[in-house]
Formats: sequence, C-alpha cells, structure tokens
Amino acid sequence: MGHNAPAVVNPEGIADELRALVGADLIALVEAHDEITLIVARESIERVMVKLRDEAAYQQLMEIAGVDYLDRAERFEVVYHLLSVTRNHRVRVKVSTDEATPVPSVTAIWPVAGWLEREVYDMYGVIFSGNEDLRRILTDYGFSGYPQRKDFPLTGYVELRYSEEDKRVVYEPVKLAQDFRNFDFMSPWEGAQYVLPGDEKASENASEKKA
Amino acid sequence: MGVELERPATGRVPAPGTQPDPDFFKSLSDEVGNKGFLVTSTEELFQWARTGSLWWMTFGLACCAVEMIHVNMPRYDMERFGAAPRASPRQSDVMIVAGTLCNKMAPALRKVYDQMSEPKYVISMGSCANGGGYYHYSYSVVRGCDRVVPVDIYVPGCPPTAEALLYGVMQLQRKIRRIGTVER
Repeated sequence: MGHNAPAVVNPEGIADELRALVGADLIALVEAHDEITLIVARESIERVMVKLRDEAAYQQLMEIAGVDYLDRAERFEVVYHLLSVTRNHRVRVKVSTDEATPVPSVTAIWPVAGWLEREVYDMYGVIFSGNEDLRRILTDYGFSGYPQRKDFPLTGYVELRYSEEDKRVVYEPVKLAQDFRNFDFMSPWEGAQYVLPGDEKASENASEKKA
Repeated sequence: MGVELERPATGRVPAPGTQPDPDFFKSLSDEVGNKGFLVTSTEELFQWARTGSLWWMTFGLACCAVEMIHVNMPRYDMERFGAAPRASPRQSDVMIVAGTLCNKMAPALRKVYDQMSEPKYVISMGSCANGGGYYHYSYSVVRGCDRVVPVDIYVPGCPPTAEALLYGVMQLQRKIRRIGTVER
C-alpha cells in the first residue's frame, strides 16, 4: 500500500482480462497505487466503453474529468471513472485530444454523461461529438474562455459591478484593487523549511556543550 | 427602545433572575389606563417600528448560510428581536447576503434587492460577501457584494459565528436608530 486511501483489492487477473477485452484499442494499461488505468485510442472510446459495461460489468459511469497538459501536442486528457457494483471495483479510462478534435460522446451508453461532458466542455473547451446538448453548464451566461485551461488567467478577463447610470449589472475589464499576494518563503513567519541564518550556531553550541 | 417613559425613581435593581422592573410596567399601564394613549415622537415611533421588525430576506449562498440558520434556531433565536426569515423580497426589510457572490448570481441578487420594499437594508455576512475573501482573485466571483448592492453592515468572519451575525443585526438596529429620519 503506497497511500492512505481505503484498501483496494483488484480482482485476480483483472489486468490481463481487460487487456484481452479491449484488444487493439488499448494504447497502454497502467497499474499504479493499486488502481488500473486504461489509455485507449480516442476514436474507439465508445466501443471500449460498451465492452467494459456489457462484458466486464462496469455498469456505472461515476465521473468524467478533464486534464490540461500544456506541453503535449494533444494537450487535453479526458478521464472516465467507471464503477462495477457487482465486482466492487473501479477502473479509469483515459483518452487524449486537442482543442479542435472532438471526442466521441458516451451519452448513448450512459445518459449521465451529458452533463459531465458539458462540464468538461465548459472548463476545457473539449468538444464531444454526438452530445446533443453541448452547452456551458457552470460558468456565467455569455462567458468566453475556458477557465480550467492552464493558459487562462486566474482572475479572468471581466469583472462586474452595478452601474447606477445604466441601472443594471455591467461587465468591465478586470482591475485588481489589491495585487496578488507575494509569498516570502525566506521569512521565518511563513514556515521556513531551512536552517535560519544564525541558527546553525545552535547545533554547534549544543555539540560543544556535550563535548 | 423608542418608547421611553420616565422610570419611577425607586433606585431598586431587581435581583438577577427575577422579573423585569414591575413598577415600570405598572406606570406604563397606569398611563395607558388613565389617558388611553401614549405620547412619543414620530421619529422614535418609526425607529421603534423599523428596529423591532427586521424581517430579513434569506440569501444564503454558501457555508455562511448555515450560521444564518443557527442564529434563527432556538439557541440564539433571532426572532426575539422581531427578525423573521422571509422567502419573498416584497415582504422583507433587510437582506443578509450570506456567502460567496458569483458573477452568475450577481444580477439575480440585484434584482431581489430592487424588489425589496423601502426602507431596505443589507447586511454583508462573511469574508466572501465583504470583499471576495478566499475567492478574491477568482475569475467567477464578485469582489465584494458592495459592488452590486449598497451595504449597511459588514460582518467579518469565515464564516462569522451566529453571535457575530446577531451582533451585526443589533448594530443595524443601532444604525437605524441613529439615522433618525423618516426618509431613508
């Protein structure tokens, strides 16, 4: 056990079973921290998911997550988390994509994927082909940009206030009243992880006293 | 409070745990009994009416709402001060903005504020409503609800305790008394 999460017991021979099941669509199977991750080809995701649901008994789709790796050619990863209630086991399925390439939707397999894909679309701008209702879900009405992308600034581009002249809430470019906090990691008050200047003498003195 | 009559000069302080001074109430009822009316100024009457019936608009947006609920539960029991939770802005006098105000929520907050009947007050509760708090630099959060509605009382804390909010409501009552005008 490498971590403190609840103990997971992988069913006997699950990795080989999944390898055989997914076959040529599998790019890699990673086993780390007692968890299994399947990296599959983007075009085959629907086929793989149907196989996992019907033949390997992973009945439920728990979550779809997005990840942005800025330095990769296909910078986005879409991560599907599956749960088998009958086998008490979970697997993770990953596909990668870029800004322009759509990922096949799994809404036909799990209706819940509709909102989950909308969330990934909203936050990362990943397009899902076959999702009938691919709208933004969380961000403001008329929002532009994809906030979870690594190149999206933390404060965004617009802020809003009530305009007494217009009698409505108006959007304006961000103007920060207070600069970003600059953490001084050399300061002893910020929890220094090093020997403070002058403190090295303390150990010398201690060893002298012992001697 | 608004209606203040001269207390009979008994100089006697009731022992703790006993009834409030009975002579005061006796003199009050005697006056009403004799004359049939009480005399006060309109200012004091309005202040008494406003402070004694601060019906508040529930605007729970985040974890602060839990403390806002606490202050209405039996332990702190804000209804002692005549403050009752209302679900409609038309019926409420004070809006307690309890929690993080997101960009998406801001127009709705303003609309609710505009629908409230005059005189209306706003209590900004917690760091997020006061100035963005933890989410000050976020792309989706309004940096303080005073950008959207005029705020009368700021209650600091993350979240403020129920006592702090109660104190904020009492401060608002004090502010209303101090303003002392019929118009708001």
